Amino acid sequence: MKLNFNFDGNIACKAILKEQLEKFGFKYQLLDLGQIEIADTVSEDVLIKLQVSLSKYGIQIIDNPKGQLIQKIKDAIIEIVYEKDKFPNVTISQYLSDKLNFRYGYLTNVFSEYTFTSIENFIIIQKIERAKKMIIEEKLTLTEISHELNYSSVAYLSTQFKKVTGLTPSMFKRIVGKKRKLSNND
Amino acid sequence: MLTHQDSMHILLADDDEDDRTFFSEAIQELKMNNKVTLFKDGNDLMDYLVHPEIKLPHVLFLDLNMPGKTGIDCLKEIRSNARFKDISIAIYSTSSSEKDIEDTFIEGANIYIKKPNDFSELKRVIKEVINMNWQFHTSGLNIETFFFSI
Repeated sequence: MKLNFNFDGNIACKAILKEQLEKFGFKYQLLDLGQIEIADTVSEDVLIKLQVSLSKYGIQIIDNPKGQLIQKIKDAIIEIVYEKDKFPNVTISQYLSDKLNFRYGYLTNVFSEYTFTSIENFIIIQKIERAKKMIIEEKLTLTEISHELNYSSVAYLSTQFKKVTGLTPSMFKRIVGKKRKLSNND
Repeated sequence: MLTHQDSMHILLADDDEDDRTFFSEAIQELKMNNKVTLFKDGNDLMDYLVHPEIKLPHVLFLDLNMPGKTGIDCLKEIRSNARFKDISIAIYSTSSSEKDIEDTFIEGANIYIKKPNDFSELKRVIKEVINMNWQFHTSGLNIETFFFSI
């Protein structure tokens, strides 16, 4: 016999969480999707046991909220680097702080602590990464690329390009061209 | 991709014992969680890399002038093997000629280091290289176009 069925993953997940948390005897509250609040402090050992129980149902405890925050910062930066229209009218610090609801000072501290670089430097690296792609595509001139990346001038783009790669944009283009030719000949 | 808890695994091949010591000391002085393995020349390094069971490094430092297999020989050999495609390769040399730099990148190196004369400058350079390489590994950048000359 075959049966067809519908299910609501949300309700299923909540029912599993309820069952498991009660099994552990926690006082808890289910918050918005993906969050629970446990009234007492829970020891590392118990947390690991809970993790093991939940993992059977494909539920993972994310124990690194800072890691998530950093990913959000990176995603927000990549979005504005790759979509010119999304480039904010306010300063980037203001933009990130509004978007993620944290003081910019906090964001920069968390970011540097975990990534060994600053938010500013990360932005530069991403812009230059995109500049590289556009240089290789050969659809735009360097001046157009500098506009696309919101640089005030082509000279400024070249300076930052040199800072990140140690090369001028034209030397970069020549190297990529020769490198490709070499690998095509192999 | 790497996260901050992970350690960066670094290999270094140099026939000069003093240089090996300087490099590994400079790397170890960085606050990052790094693991360095040293090789006395290119042959030694390549013998190690061919073992299929080894954990591949994130970055490889090669001295350009070594007896036996030179840095460029190793570079060519490594780049012709798809198994090593995610390893960044840093070449260091006393030459700073544009042609040498360009040729090294064309052969598949990612980082070119003009070997500094004094230790404090070497430390600064290594720090920048490791940092740039770290950014590269943690930000999903394209290795084909990853070049850093310092």
